[in-house]
Amino acid sequence: MNSESPNGIEPEAQITVRNLTLAYGSFVLMRDLNFTVKRGEVFIIMGGSGCGKSTLLRNMIGLIEPTEGEIFYEKANFTRSDAEERRSFFRRFGVLYQSGGLWSSMTLAENVALPLEEYTDLSPVEIREIACLKLALVGLKGFEDYYPSQISGGMRTRLGLARAIALDPEVLFFDEPSAGLDPISSSRLDDLILALRDSLGATVVAVTHELPSIFAIGNNSIFLDSESKTAIASGDPKELLAHSQNAKVREFLTRGERRPGE
Amino acid sequence: MPNPIGIYRSGTTSILFKILPVKEVQTQSDGAPGVSLETVGDATLVVQLSGDWRMQKNVASAIPVQNAIETSHVRSVRFDAKALSSWDSSILIFLTKVTELFRQKDIVTDREGLPKGIRRLLELAEIVPEQEGARHATDSPSFLARVGTTTTGSYIALSEMLRFLGEVTLAFVKLVKMRARYRTADLFLIIQECGAQALPIVTLISFLVGVIMAFVGAIQLQQFGAQIYVADLVGIAVVRDMGAMMTGIIMAGRTGAAFAAKLGTMKVTQEIDALITLGFSPLEFLVLPRMIALCLMMPLLCLYSDLMGILGGAAVGLWMLDLSWTTYYHQTVRAISLTALFGGVFKGVIYGVLISLSGCLRGMQCGGSASAVGEATTSAVVTSIVFIVAACGALSVVFYIIGV
Repeated sequence: MNSESPNGIEPEAQITVRNLTLAYGSFVLMRDLNFTVKRGEVFIIMGGSGCGKSTLLRNMIGLIEPTEGEIFYEKANFTRSDAEERRSFFRRFGVLYQSGGLWSSMTLAENVALPLEEYTDLSPVEIREIACLKLALVGLKGFEDYYPSQISGGMRTRLGLARAIALDPEVLFFDEPSAGLDPISSSRLDDLILALRDSLGATVVAVTHELPSIFAIGNNSIFLDSESKTAIASGDPKELLAHSQNAKVREFLTRGERRPGE
Repeated sequence: MPNPIGIYRSGTTSILFKILPVKEVQTQSDGAPGVSLETVGDATLVVQLSGDWRMQKNVASAIPVQNAIETSHVRSVRFDAKALSSWDSSILIFLTKVTELFRQKDIVTDREGLPKGIRRLLELAEIVPEQEGARHATDSPSFLARVGTTTTGSYIALSEMLRFLGEVTLAFVKLVKMRARYRTADLFLIIQECGAQALPIVTLISFLVGVIMAFVGAIQLQQFGAQIYVADLVGIAVVRDMGAMMTGIIMAGRTGAAFAAKLGTMKVTQEIDALITLGFSPLEFLVLPRMIALCLMMPLLCLYSDLMGILGGAAVGLWMLDLSWTTYYHQTVRAISLTALFGGVFKGVIYGVLISLSGCLRGMQCGGSASAVGEATTSAVVTSIVFIVAACGALSVVFYIIGV
């Protein structure tokens, strides 16, 4: 799909996915996926419900082992790494889960602090300061000692984001970040994601089917199709909307509106 | 009614015996749903619908229509709904049934006579054809297939259990090497939850079990004037077995279930995923503190339960059998040996291991839904209690053989 340098991996590639097959048992979701996410991109994984978007993301962050194929972060092979190497990969990830994945028995500050306690040698006071700063970045100042169950859905998403950026990660993964948010919160979240991406210099991989978000934040994408079990389009979503020749992609990006004469 | 019900044909005999709701089906519009059939020309059937079609009343049967098209050469069907006063989904059920009958017989159906709402709903239901392969095979598998599935299922369950046991062992090795990562705050919280907070229920149950055993013994022993041996009976039984057993069962229902529910919910809400992608091992972070807490608390609770059981027996001795405190106390101390006490406490520790293992195993195996959490909890309690009783039997045999 992409032109490759002799060692097979483009120099500016942050993530390289090669011949990835996603399957549950004998049920194949996607076959032979190949794509590259470049450093600093906001890469959107699109597709209809149930086509394997979230599964692809779970493969990329190591929650599921791929049935076949490999995933590289820069030049390091993630799929073939052992437990100790995995930890160094995890150190570079920030993940925002679809249902939050917030630790319900910990306060907001503790949620953000746990990754810091695990990976840094900072003192508890410094960790608390950083945690409060990250919470302030996502607009949760003053809620440090609340529990996740005591705050609203939109605030929980932002807490998830604060936790994802706790370790200043290189790659941020978002699984349906704006699911269940009202349009205004959703658009604020998009702005926040972009602002954080710009200031942290992180690469963003997001699974979403919120069209406004796709066009607002995405500058590269892949479109998964459950019928052909492969990626049927890739590139900037705005370009795809303007120029894609694929009827399915255009139907998705225009919410099912067809061009006259189609 | 040109509807010749009653012609005997091999295909319709079975139907004829089922025509019970004929009365309602053919009632005209007095409120009840009505269907009447009329043949126009030689080959057109007109289905006249009338009355109130309400799901609260009976849904009209499609059998008269079936008989009508089977006994005459109907080629097309029309509907007439002029007398229909109101309708809901019950009419849709009737209409989809008859539509299916007409389709099987290649009869042309004209829906013009139906109200617009009904026509649109029927079209909506038909617009997406049934997805091929979406329907699961409903026929029940044969006996041999079921035996096979169950056998492979138990094999998989057993290997999962062993795998979990192995992972827990590795986590404990890391703990001994001081390399396991978990939060001490969590450990203390769990110790409090499964230790101090369990005291009231352990008190109540153990005391009452002591009382019950004393009563059972007292009735028999009083016949020989040997009431004093109630102290021996209660003391030995409680210290050797009942204390540990009752504590084990209480903790299985209380703490084992809580472990499974907590871990299962954490799995559903992706909290465990979030731990994994931060490089934490859920075994070390979640399972280890729970096992340590329960294994530390079980012997203490077990000793406490022994004490409460003996006090229960003493209460009966004092008030029912007119024994004195000192007599009862000295008799109990004479009866129970330190070996028996340690044997009981040792059993308690083993039960603690089994309860925390089953609770955490079922929690970690939990699927991704609310009902899966319920199943995990149930399964955790059942597994714990089965293991406790099995271990109690096995340990009693071992203690007997080594002469404790």
